[in-house]
Amino acid sequence: MDKTLAPNAARGALDGFTAAPALGLAAACPMTRFVLRGRAEALAAAEAELGFLLPRQACRAASLDGRHALWLGPDEWLILAPLADGPALGEALEAAMGAHPHSLVEISQRQTAIVISGPRATGLLNVGCPLDLDLAAFPVGMCTRTVFAKAEIGLWRRAPDSFHIEVWRSFSPYVWRFLEAAGAEYA
Amino acid sequence: MNAPFRTAAGGRHDRGRPVSFSFDGKTYQGFAGDTLASALLANGVCLMGRSFKYHRPRGVIAAGSDEPNALVSVQRDAARYAPNLRATQVELYEGLSSESQNRWPSLAFDVGSVNNLASPFIPAGFYYKTFMWPRKAWDRFYEPNIRAAAGLGRSPTEADPDRYLNRYAHCEVLVVGGGPAGLAAALAAAQGGGRVILADEQTELGGSLLSATDATIDGKPSDDWLAETLASLAALPNVTLLKRATAFGYFAHNMIGVTERLTDHLAAPNAATPRERLWNIRAKQVVLAAGSIERPLVFPDNDRPGILLADAARTYLNRYGVKPGKRVVVATGHDGAYRAALDLHRAGVEIAAIADLRPNPTGPLVEAARAAGLPIRPACAITGTSGGLRVITARLSPIKGAGQVGPAQIVPCDAVLMSGGFTPSVHLFSQSRGKLRWDQDLLTYLPDQSAEQERSAGACRGRFGLAEALADGFAAGAAASGAEVSRTFAVEALEGDPRGVIGALPHDRGVNAKAFVDWQNDVTTKDLKLAVREGFQSIEHIKRYTTTGMATDQGKTSNLNALGVVADVLHKPIPEVGLTTFRMPYTPVTFGALAGLARGDLFDPVRATPIHDWAAEQGAVFEDVSLWKRARYFPRGSEDMEAAVRRECVSVRAGCGIFDASTLGKIEVVGPDAAEFMNRMYVNAWTKLGVGKCRYGVLCREDGFVTDDGVVGRIAKDRFHVTTTTGGAPRVLGMMEDYLQTEWPDLNVWLTSTTEQWAVIALQGPNARRILEGLVEGIDLSPEALPHMSLAEGRIRGVPTRLFRVSFSGELGFEINVAADHGRAVWEAVWAAGQPHGLTPYGTETMHVLRAEKGFIIVGQETDGTATPDDVGLTWAVGKAKPDFVGKRSLARPAMSEPDRKQLVGLYTDDGAVVLEEGAQIVATAGQTPPMRLIGHVTSSYYSAVLGRSIALAMVSGGRARLGESLYSPSPVGDIPVKVVPTVFYDPEGARVNG
Amino acid sequence: MLLITCPYCGPRPELEFSHGGEAHIARPEKPSELSIEDWTQYLYLRANPKGLHAERWRHLHGCARFFNALRDTTTDQFVATYKAGEPRPTGGAA
Ligand SMILES: [Zn+2]
Repeated sequence: MDKTLAPNAARGALDGFTAAPALGLAAACPMTRFVLRGRAEALAAAEAELGFLLPRQACRAASLDGRHALWLGPDEWLILAPLADGPALGEALEAAMGAHPHSLVEISQRQTAIVISGPRATGLLNVGCPLDLDLAAFPVGMCTRTVFAKAEIGLWRRAPDSFHIEVWRSFSPYVWRFLEAAGAEYA
Repeated sequence: MNAPFRTAAGGRHDRGRPVSFSFDGKTYQGFAGDTLASALLANGVCLMGRSFKYHRPRGVIAAGSDEPNALVSVQRDAARYAPNLRATQVELYEGLSSESQNRWPSLAFDVGSVNNLASPFIPAGFYYKTFMWPRKAWDRFYEPNIRAAAGLGRSPTEADPDRYLNRYAHCEVLVVGGGPAGLAAALAAAQGGGRVILADEQTELGGSLLSATDATIDGKPSDDWLAETLASLAALPNVTLLKRATAFGYFAHNMIGVTERLTDHLAAPNAATPRERLWNIRAKQVVLAAGSIERPLVFPDNDRPGILLADAARTYLNRYGVKPGKRVVVATGHDGAYRAALDLHRAGVEIAAIADLRPNPTGPLVEAARAAGLPIRPACAITGTSGGLRVITARLSPIKGAGQVGPAQIVPCDAVLMSGGFTPSVHLFSQSRGKLRWDQDLLTYLPDQSAEQERSAGACRGRFGLAEALADGFAAGAAASGAEVSRTFAVEALEGDPRGVIGALPHDRGVNAKAFVDWQNDVTTKDLKLAVREGFQSIEHIKRYTTTGMATDQGKTSNLNALGVVADVLHKPIPEVGLTTFRMPYTPVTFGALAGLARGDLFDPVRATPIHDWAAEQGAVFEDVSLWKRARYFPRGSEDMEAAVRRECVSVRAGCGIFDASTLGKIEVVGPDAAEFMNRMYVNAWTKLGVGKCRYGVLCREDGFVTDDGVVGRIAKDRFHVTTTTGGAPRVLGMMEDYLQTEWPDLNVWLTSTTEQWAVIALQGPNARRILEGLVEGIDLSPEALPHMSLAEGRIRGVPTRLFRVSFSGELGFEINVAADHGRAVWEAVWAAGQPHGLTPYGTETMHVLRAEKGFIIVGQETDGTATPDDVGLTWAVGKAKPDFVGKRSLARPAMSEPDRKQLVGLYTDDGAVVLEEGAQIVATAGQTPPMRLIGHVTSSYYSAVLGRSIALAMVSGGRARLGESLYSPSPVGDIPVKVVPTVFYDPEGARVNG
Repeated sequence: MLLITCPYCGPRPELEFSHGGEAHIARPEKPSELSIEDWTQYLYLRANPKGLHAERWRHLHGCARFFNALRDTTTDQFVATYKAGEPRPTGGAA
């Protein structure tokens, strides 16, 4: 018996959900995710390894070469990276931070991502999300945890009309279907 | 077409688009743009409902949402039946089918109107007084019968097929009301550049301008000004205009609830279009331009069909081209009625009399009426009417002063118009917790101090005239937006005196005359006086006793008059009587709009594990555990739950079972101070737990009671893998964060939820190791290398895993943690490998039985928030040498070690075939009758297939000292004898966990 | 729905927050040395004032931080919000 599972055996939480172009709704591709916490020395070491500064301004994201750091709290960042960066990125960060007090926890599959784009994006999001999504109030590059109907989401505006939604795996079908239902009149 | 009360020309309805509709089974013709009320009036139909309590015949008295009488039901099909709609707000469409309410068998002949004849016996508080005894009869007899006789409409019997949407919206300025003040406010606010939303409940924006005839604004007829203003507002990108949108609730911090009705007016709505959209609007500033509501006059027989508010009559005439009658008596204490009389006169309606309560009416409107030759009777009160289903005469009496009237004159008519003046609509202002002040000049309450970022403008703050409403609105809009703009409006219009009258009119009709104050709730002056006589002084008590101003009316037409009557009886000035609270909603809101998309599949998130679909394909029956779906059992063939669970239990203990434990909460505790943090949180000692070892952890609240438990593995010196109960995960993480952030922020440790990162596959049974052997890499499964309560990291079928050797069944057990996306593939690999070893999938029910056989508790089942670790036999887990942990001080309270505390014990029924009810009580002696002395209760109870008998866990007072005692569990079939036994029923030596 | 100003994230809707009871009640350093009366005071007794109240909130569905707020319990108006560990702001009636 082959000791290793077929490479395509992994199943994302949104496998089987078809993108809805009329609503600008699509599942994001799988990626590597870490939650990074720590004291100043560890953060500086992580920044040196990442090659960019972790955003210290509340609710802002920073990016370099397909890697992103999203401010989640005053000492908490969500690191997003290509799937292929995987464990190596974690090991490199751990090595860089060494004994400086920190916590790096991989959560690549704790959550999944939905992308919603286009002219209806803010309207559909506001069916469940109570935040003011006007560009002046929620500019490009802003990211925050918030709520969408009865689920918690991470909301990150990547372009004036495009949002990246991070959502815990088991809540992702609910959020997807809710967005679909919100836009039923356009589908 | 034959609509006897329709004018030949005029009105905003579309005379080119006739529409047929039905009311109580009869078909009529109206026009697009009509309301049901206007179309019925045009057809001479005055009778539109029966009153709530007395079943008196009632017609429409208003033209808008203030209508208290004409509540109707509209039916599209079996599932679309909307009760309690105001006929004044129901827009006509082709084929509309409507019916009256609160009558049986028909509107014209109603059996319930015997209540009217019996009305001397149905005074205020009648329900409270009469139906009190016997208590049991209330539920079984009184309430059902009262509801059947009195109910307002009925519910549809099928599920609502329509779509409803909610949405959040934000704006710099929200303007409530699209009349002159609201439009002017929006014009000004828009110039501030911020987002402006204007919401109005009516079909068209314009408010009072929609029924104006002769006013001009800036030199243009008001109609033209309105059309130009609406066009210019609609063209502004920062302005959103919402019509058919009622601001029904003013919530904290400028959150306004608005329901927008999107399809109710359409003959054939598109199924994809929502029926309603509920807007939750957060506004930086709110301008309330809610207008005013005309006040009825309180005189005997004032509720007969054909009697309506004067300005409503003017609206019917000017906006819908409908005459309220052919010969009309006008009764008034306010100039506004003259405006209506003049318009009706011009339309060819005979004005039989204008009975004005005031001795010397003057002013431009009065003079215009005089000039037109209308018969004005100063100092004249209306003291009665006659007619069956429509008014046929009015009784007019000269006022002699001091509440006395002279000889009456009977005036034939087919309609009576009444006006006591206008009451500012302060409902939303009051909901916002703004303070009202009494204005003795205008005889009304006006907004005083705002509680929110809000300002009132126009008639809702007593600025009644068109010119002042426009100016006031513009100023409010400018101030709200911060726009430095000013504008004047040149208005030509006849304006009257804003002051009116409140309270009951004088009459000579005796104490039993019915002068209604609240039409909707059938409250008369007599009821209010009775309430005061019976000792009610507070207006809030009088409201509840008489029901005045309650229900959907919310005091729109009734409030001030009720205050006037009560103040009069109490001999107090109105401000000392006080004012009742205006409740939301302003008008009724459908449940559908409130629910929005949160119904059916989207009512709640349904959380499924990565292995859920496999279980579903195997025919698993699921149960809800918090938001999760968990496989409860896997029936084979025609097995019921009991049979499936017995088979699953035996299979696990004889061979091996596989169980999806992915829903268990998981928290990664990481940092140099991780062990110290664990020491402070959990009752256990963690410092000496080696890397690669596991321990069963117990978590108490600060009050010393068990709140959660779970296995904790030490992954590294500075990293713990903590598991929690399925339902407790968010609570435990929140509790840990609380202590960490607020009590011990200096600790270098951080918490991350990993519940959903891992899929967890439990493999339990004597064959578990054999099944795993061929699957893992880099993990030595031998008992020496991986003993019970240890863990190892490696790979399973190439997938990185944290493999725990733990058991919640008492059997040799492993829990395979793999990243969630690989959960199903690994499960299937284990499943395939287990086939030669009798591997059986099992669900939560079997899991519960297996752990009960071993005496393992489930937090929330054995514990109820009042059980200490010792109460449930977990003293061994408590780190006694630790100086502190959450709950330690409380556990040292003397009460926590009282010998008669309820303690966890096992119970055997004398008859092993009898399975106790979970929750059943325990008593010490048989044959007691209530009230019994209860000494405990059953927490878990199952039939154990491996033991061939029932088992139960129970919390029993002083239980551990009662081992061997006989106790009883009272039940409907008698006392069930039980014996107290140890909590571990199966394998008490614990040998099986080693395989 | 209240609008609550998180000291880190700014004004946010109440839906994102959870309430955490009265503020400025520090857990005793050494609970085991406390008398039963003092422990009871710490564990159970709360002020529940009419008027200004210092209370804990957590921006649960946001930055996840606990913080403190001064809220008037009669009007629901917030006078101030401030980070955990910071002293109660002066001003306003107690
Ligand atoms: Zn925050």
